[in-house]
Formats: sequence, structure tokens, C-alpha cells
Amino acid sequence: MSTMTDPPKPGFRLSQLIYDTRYRSLTIQTVALILIVSGLAWLVSNTVANLEALGKDFNFGFLSNSAGYDINQKPIEYSSQDTHARAAIVGILNTLIIALLGCVTATVLGVLAGVLRLSKNWIVSGLMAVYVEGFRNVPLLLWIILVFAIMSESMPQPREFRGDAPTASMAVFDSVAVTNRGIYIPSIEFTRSLSGNEAVASQEGLAPVATGWQDWALIIGVIIVSIYVIRLIRRRADRIQEATGVRPVTWWLQIGVFVVPLAIVAVLLGATIVQPYLKGFNFTEGVHLRNSLIALWLALSLYTGAFIAEIVRAGILAISKGQSEAAYALGLRPNRTMNLVILPQAMRVIIPPLISQFLNLTKNSSLAIAVGYMDVRATLGGITINQTGRELEGMLLLGGFYLLVSLLISSAMNFYNRSTQLMER
Amino acid sequence: MKKTAFLGALTVAGLTAGAASAATLDDVKARGNLICGVSTGLVGFATPDANGVWEGFDVDMCRAVAAAIFGDPMAVEFVPLTTQTRFTALSAGEIDLLSRNTTWTFSRDVDLKNDFVGVNYYDGQGFLVPKALGVSSAKDLDGATVCIQTGTTTELNLADFFRINNISYEPVPIETNAEGQQQYLAGACDTYTTDASGLAATRASFENPGDHILLPEIISKEPLGPLVRHGDNDWADVVRWTLNALITAEELGVTSANVEELAAAAGDNPEVNRLLGTEGELGAMLSLEPDWAKNAIMAGGNYGELFEKNIGENTPIGLARGLNAQWTEGGLLYSPPFR
Amino acid sequence: MSDTHAQTVSYVRETMLPETDPPVKERGAVKWIRENLFATWMDAILTVISLYIIYYVVSHVGPWFANGIWNAGSLSECREIRNATIGTDASAACFAVLSDRWQQLVFGFYPQEHYWRPVAALLVFLAGLAPVLFDGIPRKMLFVTAAAPFLMFMLLWGGPIWGPIVVGLGFVLGYLAFRALTPVSKLLSNLAALIVPLVFWMFLTGPIAGALSSIAPIGLEFVPSKDFGGFTLSIVIGVAGIILSLPLGILLALGRQSNLFIINKCSVAFIEVIRGVPLIVWLFTASLLLNYFLPPGTNFDLMLRVIIMVTLFSAAYIAEVIRGGLAALPKGQFEGADSLGLDYWQSMRLIVLPQALKISIPGIVNTFIGLFKDTTLVVFIGLFDPIGLSNAIRASTDWNGIYWELFVFIGLMFFIFCFSMGRYSLYLEKKLQREHR
Repeated sequence: MSTMTDPPKPGFRLSQLIYDTRYRSLTIQTVALILIVSGLAWLVSNTVANLEALGKDFNFGFLSNSAGYDINQKPIEYSSQDTHARAAIVGILNTLIIALLGCVTATVLGVLAGVLRLSKNWIVSGLMAVYVEGFRNVPLLLWIILVFAIMSESMPQPREFRGDAPTASMAVFDSVAVTNRGIYIPSIEFTRSLSGNEAVASQEGLAPVATGWQDWALIIGVIIVSIYVIRLIRRRADRIQEATGVRPVTWWLQIGVFVVPLAIVAVLLGATIVQPYLKGFNFTEGVHLRNSLIALWLALSLYTGAFIAEIVRAGILAISKGQSEAAYALGLRPNRTMNLVILPQAMRVIIPPLISQFLNLTKNSSLAIAVGYMDVRATLGGITINQTGRELEGMLLLGGFYLLVSLLISSAMNFYNRSTQLMER
Repeated sequence: MKKTAFLGALTVAGLTAGAASAATLDDVKARGNLICGVSTGLVGFATPDANGVWEGFDVDMCRAVAAAIFGDPMAVEFVPLTTQTRFTALSAGEIDLLSRNTTWTFSRDVDLKNDFVGVNYYDGQGFLVPKALGVSSAKDLDGATVCIQTGTTTELNLADFFRINNISYEPVPIETNAEGQQQYLAGACDTYTTDASGLAATRASFENPGDHILLPEIISKEPLGPLVRHGDNDWADVVRWTLNALITAEELGVTSANVEELAAAAGDNPEVNRLLGTEGELGAMLSLEPDWAKNAIMAGGNYGELFEKNIGENTPIGLARGLNAQWTEGGLLYSPPFR
Repeated sequence: MSDTHAQTVSYVRETMLPETDPPVKERGAVKWIRENLFATWMDAILTVISLYIIYYVVSHVGPWFANGIWNAGSLSECREIRNATIGTDASAACFAVLSDRWQQLVFGFYPQEHYWRPVAALLVFLAGLAPVLFDGIPRKMLFVTAAAPFLMFMLLWGGPIWGPIVVGLGFVLGYLAFRALTPVSKLLSNLAALIVPLVFWMFLTGPIAGALSSIAPIGLEFVPSKDFGGFTLSIVIGVAGIILSLPLGILLALGRQSNLFIINKCSVAFIEVIRGVPLIVWLFTASLLLNYFLPPGTNFDLMLRVIIMVTLFSAAYIAEVIRGGLAALPKGQFEGADSLGLDYWQSMRLIVLPQALKISIPGIVNTFIGLFKDTTLVVFIGLFDPIGLSNAIRASTDWNGIYWELFVFIGLMFFIFCFSMGRYSLYLEKKLQREHR
């Protein structure tokens, strides 16, 4: 049966392409390649023929036309007169914002729920089980719709804050307004902004303020440098501890390194807290976290959190009981056992599926359609396609964007997998 | 491999529709039913009832066309379409006729390669606000939060309106009318904007309709009408003249009650005779039966009857005829003559 | 030893004290509560928070649920009943919408007199699944499994029975050709097994089935896809997606494991592209673009297009699950198969895949749960899944304005389906673990 038993004969016969394992793989691959390429060519030629029949062409010129619609959440400047391309970028930024926010809170929620589900406390673990199973077994779309409806039904309307005897009031020293149109939180703006934007007073009698990306870039830069210096200080402390056995007290130094430069920059820029206040129909100023953002964010985090909880639970259970027993024997308290012994080991089991959950969350953010959050599917893949009738081009760009994000995330996962594999014995 | 099998099975079961050729009328006749694109659910215009039977103003337009072709108003297959999928479904040949409260605009007619055959409802974009808000004009809405359905002309109109008047607003895009209604009632937006007919229908369903008012401004022209694929004039003629027949029937006083009698024999009015096929060959010119218009009118009634039955003042929706009255009564309905 | 001291040491007790109960803190409910709920400060705080959450939810949802009105013709009637019996301010669910429309939510617009057919199809599906899932059932039952897809198709869509039968005949023909040509040449037999059915389906199926149905028109009444809706639609799309994607998924998994460069790269590219893009984008592709990719003039209904797209989509996920199964198989199995002199397909068919698939079943079930939940997304392309139907129901004048009741019902149904399947896959995983020890 096996073809390997024949001694290879000199020369090449055509039948070797089929019967000789050395060449057969080549044959198979060539045939496969021809099939795949001709299949793709078939699809493309169909598309060309169909486009022709419909009298449409294939070009991306529509991207430079004026979009004509407004977007509520604009991370960058945008008006209805801007181009479709700019609208698409606004959508992309909104997608990235929700994905980032979602990943952070889903991780926090998931780790908490996963650890608490293993708690000995009967009520707590029961509640967590209800949470995890409830969210895992009901479609995400339903949760998004429900959270959105709960938000808009149960929170007060802005007009309830008005008048002499308002039925609702602002929280946290009158600075945060929770309404059924979203949550308004104070923002930080600068009297001496670097941006060159025109400074405007938010209310009568207050100093004029402005903000721009330059200000924030400066602040973030300062924070990064401070964190780097703090790490240097810690490393120096570690070295001294290893050499002498005594760790120098550095916490005041660390805090100082973090706070002082930040405070200096803040004073130089003239940082001011701008509080939201009721004006006309809505609150103005401050940062407006829209209902759609919050509903999508909450639902995505709760849903993905439930999956992460299961991953964390499985990760912790994968660590042998001997580890925690040994930690108890050393006299470590339960929470320190968890933080110092179990979780660091469980991480290796947890992180790869965790990252694929992040990937899922990013893809699921396209369900923004249910609550009208203006993500890239809503702008580029929704209104733009609808108004211009360019579904082929639009869907290609949309798919390309999601694919790019997924590939970036999964290459990060592969990188992590490779780096942890090295540590294995 | 199982997939191919499945496809083959479906082919055999006759699930695949035939090729969409240029002659839609022939296809429709060969298929034995009309495929009509409608809304996924809009009060008064298109909704399925508990038995899955579609009803509404847009639906009756489809039924009239089916009756004109087959003499059977039930020979229609309804395809519910979202705002996103409607035009593609039409241009891809999945449906023969789109009757889904669609606004006739230049780009939809020319760039998207559709053919609007007429207007079956003259609408305009309005604003619904709670009385308690104390707003009497849309120009007072500076800074307001506006709920708005995406994928329609309304969002473009809205952007233009606020831009022209140099006032700001916060759009809250929503996917369906039901969603918009819920958001508006919860107070998540100050005003809900869509076609005035939709607003009236929405308001009618509220627990306390009196607490809400429609602002006087109508900020756009929204001629809603049925449309067909570009480039098939024969088919467009069938739909266009079915619509015109319904309008003319009302003008001439032909109703579903008396159409049978009037069509029995040629009467005094030559136009009624031509319309109902007792005189002339109008049906044959459309490649239809001579009594096509009679059947279309018998399906649900003339334009006025359809209006009263689905969205008129005696229904919960309670729309007045307004612009949609006959030209003889100060409206815009003006059918070309049947001759 | 102690008894030697008992008499001599004065401080040793000579008589036993009567047994006393443990202190209150250490017994019964108190002990249980102390150990389970208030073991530490942290625990106590968590318990109190949890109790508050439970109270909050129950106090808000409880009355609404308990006051539920089940008999009314419309929402306004519901409101009248509520005002008359409970009071205008009370919150009361209007479950009447469910009594009125539950059939629609479950079966969509499927003709009422044929409701038994989707149910029967589900039973056939379960019967076909049984021999795969449970060991105690005779292997002969696998024939039911092979026939189940055709039976389900016949039951759901109806039409003349000859279509599915003739298509099934294609498989039989392929197998016969394979058997007949195996003694002649292995290559030829493999090719024949592939080409004979394809040719049969492409050129002969239609005429033969047509002829047979004109001779003997047996069959159930044809139900078009547009009548499918509600949970029937979700289940049909989910089940069809999984069943149809299995063969493709297996091929992709093998392709990804293969060391043939082109095949490997193509499989990887396909899997990554499908997995990298959200399902909703694929569904829009199905609804907006699929017609562009097919020869001009072809046109088939949306549900079928969705099933095709969902099949491709889940094939990529199934491929990853099966790849996991292949990777988990000890290398000795592959080597053992090679050492027996089996060629690639033989070793895969007889040794590797049966084991790898068995390990993969829990993963496949989980993929199915995910897919089943994701079928709700078809609402955005205008299909009437449960959520789409809820929109349609709310668009009728009777039920305009109703909200929570429908979503609670839909959520509950999904929960029951998914939770029970999830439990099953967990049980399977545990069983597999036991078997491996």
C-alpha cells in the first residue's frame, strides 16, 4: 500500500505526480490553488457583471463627499458638512472607546465575580452563580436592549432637576448629574490652554477656559515620566534591600514624584474643574456620557464579565490545592494567598482565553446598532452606506477595519502565549 | 458536501426564485404572486396581525397591484425590510415592488437607480413634544435632545434644519419606531421627529395623547410612494396606473361598494367606463385583464377608502386627509386622466 | 496508659461528665450562618450587600410580576383592568400579550394547522442526536442520524418528498461508486466519490425529482421560508448552521493542521477572516452583498442566504474547536495509524477523527449555544426572530407600547434552552475527563 517502499527510480515520470508522495503534495496544492483562484475569479467576475447590470461602479469617491448627518458623540471635531471619511473615523474612534472601556470593566467585573463565586459565603456565591448563568445564557442583544430601557425608564429626566422643589438632585457635591439621557460629570479645562482654541467662560463670572489635545498630551507625558522615575526608585530600593536586608522608606518619595510635577503642570496650564449645569433642555459643560454609551458599556461588560468570571474560576480551580494549603501553612491570610500565590499562577491559564474574550467584546460592540451608539458600523456601515448606496465599498472597509483590529489583538495573544511558553519547564 | 446537498434540495423544493429578468410583469405572472417589500412594522402602514396576515396602508397598495394583475388581492408575498436593506432588496430583484413609506428624493431616484411611480402619501417631517415642555415652535428647540430614526431622510433634514436656523441639538439615533416611542415617553429625548403621519400614529397609542402636541413646523417635504427597479417601464406603468386608478376611483366616486355594479355594464361616464374596462382597451395596453382596475378597487377600496380604513380619522391613528385630499377638495392628489 | 494514672493522680477526673450540647455559637443555624455568611468582616459586608441587592430586585419586580394580567385583548384593556382591580399607580405586567401572541413568538407565521411539523422536526433532530451523544444506544441508530437532516427538511419546508430523497440518493451513489472502484484504483474511487454525487446533484436531481413528483405527488404542504419566525426561526438557523458547518469545519481543521503550505495558509486565512469580523457584518453581507457575488440573475430567499452565511461563520469556529480536539489527541494515535500503513484519509477517518470529534463535542455544543444566541442578530436584516417579532407585535395598534413582558418572555425562553444545553456540555466534559483517567 505504501508508496515509500519502491526505491526511487532515476528520471521523472508523469505518474509520479500522483503516486509519489514527494510530488503528490505538490500536485494537490497546485490543484487546490487553481480551484481557489478560479473560485475567487468567479466571484469577482460575478460582482463585476452584477455591478455593470445595476449601472454602478466601484470607487471610493463617496468618502470625500459631504456626509450631511450629525453624530452625537464626537471624539474629534465633526459637523454635518464634513466628509463621509471623517464620519467613518469618528465611528472608528467611538468603537475603540467602547471596546477599551468595556475590556477594562469586564475584566474587573469578571475577576471579582469569578473569585466571589468560589467564596464560602453561600449567598454571595449563589448570587454570583445567578449573575454568571443569567448573563451567559441570554443573548447579548437582549441585555443591551434591557439595560438601555432600564436606564431611560428609571433615571430622572433633566427637567426634574429644575425649579424650586426639584424631584432629583445632583450627586457628589452637586457635580455629577445622573439623568435618563446619560451621566454628566465634571470636566477639566485650562485657562492657559496650549491648544490655541478660543477660551470661553462656561458660566457667567467664571474664568474663560479651553482645552485641546496638546494639554492632555503634556499631562499624560508627565505622568508617564513620573511612573518611570517611580519604577527607578523602586528598583533602587530593591537593590538596597537585597544588599543590606533593609528596605529604605520611599513611599513619600514615590508620591512626591507623582504628585509634584503633575501639580506644577496643572497650575501652569490653569486647570479648572468645569461642572455641568442645567441650561435649556439639558445639562451643558462637563463630560456627557450618553445613555447609549453607558447602556452598551454596561451590557457588554456584564455579559463579557460573566464569561471572564468562568475563565477566572476555571483558572483558579486549575491551581492545585497544595498551593493554597502551603500558603496557609506559611501563615498567609486568604486574600494574600489569593493575591500572591493563586492568581499569579492562574494568570497563565487565564490570559489566553481572556484575550479572546476581549476580541469578542470588540466584535460585539457592533451591536451598538441596538441603542444607537454611533460606532463605525452605525456611521460607515450604516448611515453612509444607506445614504450613498455604496454597500460593496462600505462593507469592504468595515470588514477590513474589524479584521485589522482582530488581527492586532490576536497577534498580541500569540506574543503573550510565546512569552509564557518560554517559562514552562 | 452536505451544503451542496442542501442547496440542491432547496432548488428542487422550488425555494429559489427564478432569474430576475428585465420583464418583471412576466416574472410576476409566471410566479403567480407579487413580492412586495414592506416595513418590519409601522402602525397603520404595515403590520402583521395575530395570524400573520399583513395589513396597513402600504400593504393595501401591494394588494391592489396584486389584484390588478391576478384578480386576487391575497396573491402577495410580503418581505419585511429595514431602512438599511430596502433599496438593495429592490435592486437585487428580491422584491418586485417596494411599498414602505419611502420618500421620493433625487438621489434615490437617480443615483440609487430606482423608479418612483407616484406618491401615495404626502408627508412632512414634524416634531412631537410633551405639552409640559412649553415649546410652541421648533425654533425654540435650541439645545434639545432629539430622537430620530436612522437610515432615513429625516436625519439629513434635521441636520439641515438646525444648521439653517443656527441652533444646536443632540441627536439620539434609534433603530425602530417602537424604540423611538419608548425613548420619547421615558423622557430620554425632548422631542421625537419623524414623518408627521408616523408621529400622529405614535401619539395615538399613548396612554394620554392629550399631553403631547405636534409642533406647527413641518421641516421637509416627504412624498412617500411605491417604487420599482429602474429600467423596466412596463412594470412601472402597471404599478403607477394601479395607484392612479385608486386615486381616480375616489375622484369619480367609484368605491368598493358600487364598483361591481358600475363594471357590470358601460354607464354614462366614459372615464368610469374606460377605468373599469367596459370601454376601450386600457387593460390590454398594460398587458392586464380588462377589469384590472375593478379588481384593484375591489381589493380594499379606492384611495379614500384605504385611507379611512387604515389611518383615517375613525382609526386610532386619526390622520386628517390634509394634503392627501383630492385636488378638487384642496389637496394634492391629482391623477392623470384615464384615456 | 491513662488508666494507670487514673487512681493515683488526684486531679484526674474519675467519672465522665454528661455530654452537653455544643455552645449556641457552634451549632445549628447559628453556626451555619456564622461560618457561611459572617465568617469575616469582609464576608459580612458582602452578605449584607447581596441581601440588599436581592431585596431591591424582588421589591421592584415582585409586585409587577404578581399583579400580572393574563386576560385582555389589548394594552388599553390591560390598563383598564389594572385601574379597576389594583389601582392606577400600581405596577402590573400585562402578560395578556403573551397569551394572545405566544404562538407567533414560538412559530412565527407558520400555518397553524402545521404547528406539529416544527415540533416533529425537533424530535427527529433529538432522535438523530441521541446515538451521537449517549453511549447506551445501539449503533444501528446512526442511520437515523444520517437520515435526520433530510427528514427535518421535509418536515419543516414540506413540498414533494422526492427532492430530499433524490438528494440523499446522491450520497448513496457516491458511496457505491467509491466501493465499486476501490479495487480498481484508490485514486479513481476517491475522485468518483466526489464527482459522481456532484454531477448527479447538478444535472440529474432536478429532472428526476420533478418527474417523480409529477408521477407520485406525495408530500407535505409546502411552507415558504418567509413563514418561519420566532423561536422556530432561531432554532432552524442555529441547527442548520451547526449541522451544515460540521463537514466544512472538519475540512478546515484538517487544512489548518496540514503541512501542505497552500492548503494550510488558505484555511488559516479563511478562519481568521471569518472570525475577525463580527457576525452582524456578515449578516449585512448576506443581506446586501451576497447577490453581487453570485451569477447575475440568481436570487434566493433571505433565510437561505442567512443560513449559508451562518454556516460559513460557524464553520470557522467549529474548525477551531476540532483543531483543539486534534491537538489534544496523543501523538501516538497518529503514529500508530501511520505504522499500520493507513493512508492519510484512512487514518483520519478510522483513527483520528472519531476520537478527536468525541473530545470536541462539548466545544461544539458551546459553539451551538453561542450561535443560537447570535441568531437574534437577524432582526437587523428584517427577519422575524423573537426580537423582530416583538417589534412587529408592538407595531400593532393593540399592543403598541408594551415592552418588558415580551422581552422577559424571550429572555426566559433563551435562558431555558441555553442553560440546559450548557449543563449538558458540562456533564459531557466531566464524563470525558473521567474516561480519560
